[in-house]
Amino acid sequence: MRLYALSFEEIERFFYKLAELRDSVKDEGLMSYVPEISVVSGTVQGSTRVKHAFPIFQKGGVVMDVTNVEQAGIAEDAGAVSVMVLDKLPYDVRKAGGVARMADPKVIEEVMNSITLPVMAKVRIGHVYEAKVLEALGVDMIDESEVLTPADEEHHINKWEFRVPFVNGARNLGEALRRISEGASMIRTKGEPGTGNVSEAVKHIKIVNQELRNLLSMAEEDRVKKSRELQVPYELVELTVKYSRLPVVNFAAGGIATPADAALMMWLGTDGIFVGSGIFKSEDPLERAKAVVLATANWEDPEVVLEAQKMISERKAMMGVDIKTLKPEELMQVRGL
Amino acid sequence: MKIGVLAYQGSFEEHALQVRRVLQKIGKGEVIQVKKPKDLDVDGIIIPGGESTTIGQVAQKMGLLDPLKEKISQGLPVLGTCAGAIMLSKEVRDAKIGKKDQPLIGVMDASIIRNFYGRQRESFEATINLEEIEGGHQRFVFIRAPAILKVWGKAKALASLNDVIVMAQEDQIITTTFHPELSGTTIVHEYFLEAVKR
Repeated sequence: MRLYALSFEEIERFFYKLAELRDSVKDEGLMSYVPEISVVSGTVQGSTRVKHAFPIFQKGGVVMDVTNVEQAGIAEDAGAVSVMVLDKLPYDVRKAGGVARMADPKVIEEVMNSITLPVMAKVRIGHVYEAKVLEALGVDMIDESEVLTPADEEHHINKWEFRVPFVNGARNLGEALRRISEGASMIRTKGEPGTGNVSEAVKHIKIVNQELRNLLSMAEEDRVKKSRELQVPYELVELTVKYSRLPVVNFAAGGIATPADAALMMWLGTDGIFVGSGIFKSEDPLERAKAVVLATANWEDPEVVLEAQKMISERKAMMGVDIKTLKPEELMQVRGL
Repeated sequence: MKIGVLAYQGSFEEHALQVRRVLQKIGKGEVIQVKKPKDLDVDGIIIPGGESTTIGQVAQKMGLLDPLKEKISQGLPVLGTCAGAIMLSKEVRDAKIGKKDQPLIGVMDASIIRNFYGRQRESFEATINLEEIEGGHQRFVFIRAPAILKVWGKAKALASLNDVIVMAQEDQIITTTFHPELSGTTIVHEYFLEAVKR
């Protein structure tokens, strides 16, 4: 069990500071639309505190990509903490080519009505309106994802504008902190989705860890310089140092296909796991999903991970893709810096 | 004093931190994570917020659910928040889906309804009157929170929000539908540790 050095309130005080920054930007007319936070008989919905709390209850869990109600049911029976609804699994996105967009709202709605778990859905990078549509639909979390074809080549969505929490991908500390300063409540490694190959996810978390260690050993003036280099507020860099980790929940994603893959990512310091093609592109989805859940919750114990690994057969695993065989334009991880 | 936190999934780190803060105040004790039956040698246990279906299924698979249930029935003090409160209640159903099979502990005379207030979009923060436990008024978050519809027998309500029970107790079992681990106050954890001492 890893322990945070700061209390939730201390972290939230910082995020309120960021929210104040958002309001000042709004006053200067730089932001067209910011929703008013509704107050119903002394209760407040959609506040920064409420948005940042949601991912904390996902920690230690497995979020599973699904494309229909049947798969969502399997994910629930296997003990997933959430499902992520997509039109196509990343593996099929790769094969199909063309423009990948958000899933059909009717399918998302069907899934929402069939299971009790939180339901997440993906939008294209920078596609503010796909996100508005999903917020109106009532999904529990939005993933602004490089798996879909980016809608804006230069900007990400301004996530402070939303009452629904966002998760974003990152390959290094700069990307992670930029997404947090845009209002993301959760970060995940990008990895290389749809490959069944965990090597890129490993690479990305190791880069983040290395950059965190560098930051911790820096003098204050160098951290000021670093914050300019990363294009993020200095306060966010300071918070990261105080925290000695990313200041929001950080999951692993992109290429996880076995219980041991999941345990490896937890061992490297992530708070939980996203699995996509790894489950439903295998021949044993239910057993594999159960095994990945067990291994993620008990990653510190190799004996339990062994038991999880025995629940499945390597012969039934999805066919992996060697990243080196992909052409540069086929890489998803380079979308959205 | 040895306090265990069920640590498969959810806000277990936050609970451990809050307990550690209270233990520092009173000067002794330790927090351990509970994942296996052999970890159950504790004076009190916390079941954190998270997904009750996940926590229940993993606990069952690890062979922890039955021994835990037995220990609690025999008098082990327990604090269940959100998903933890669901696991401890005798009657559970979902606001939308209705009754659903999931592994539970089911020891408290309480009827609880999952996702009572709606989805994450409807999650909120609110000020709760904790005068019943001499805790004043405190701000807490409710995330896809359940509601305790009614309690009976020896169970009693400790706090409510708009006439809906948000904190309840039956002997040494304490449940909340909000998250005291994600707040600046340790009052609920202090109250729980008092119950452990007794």
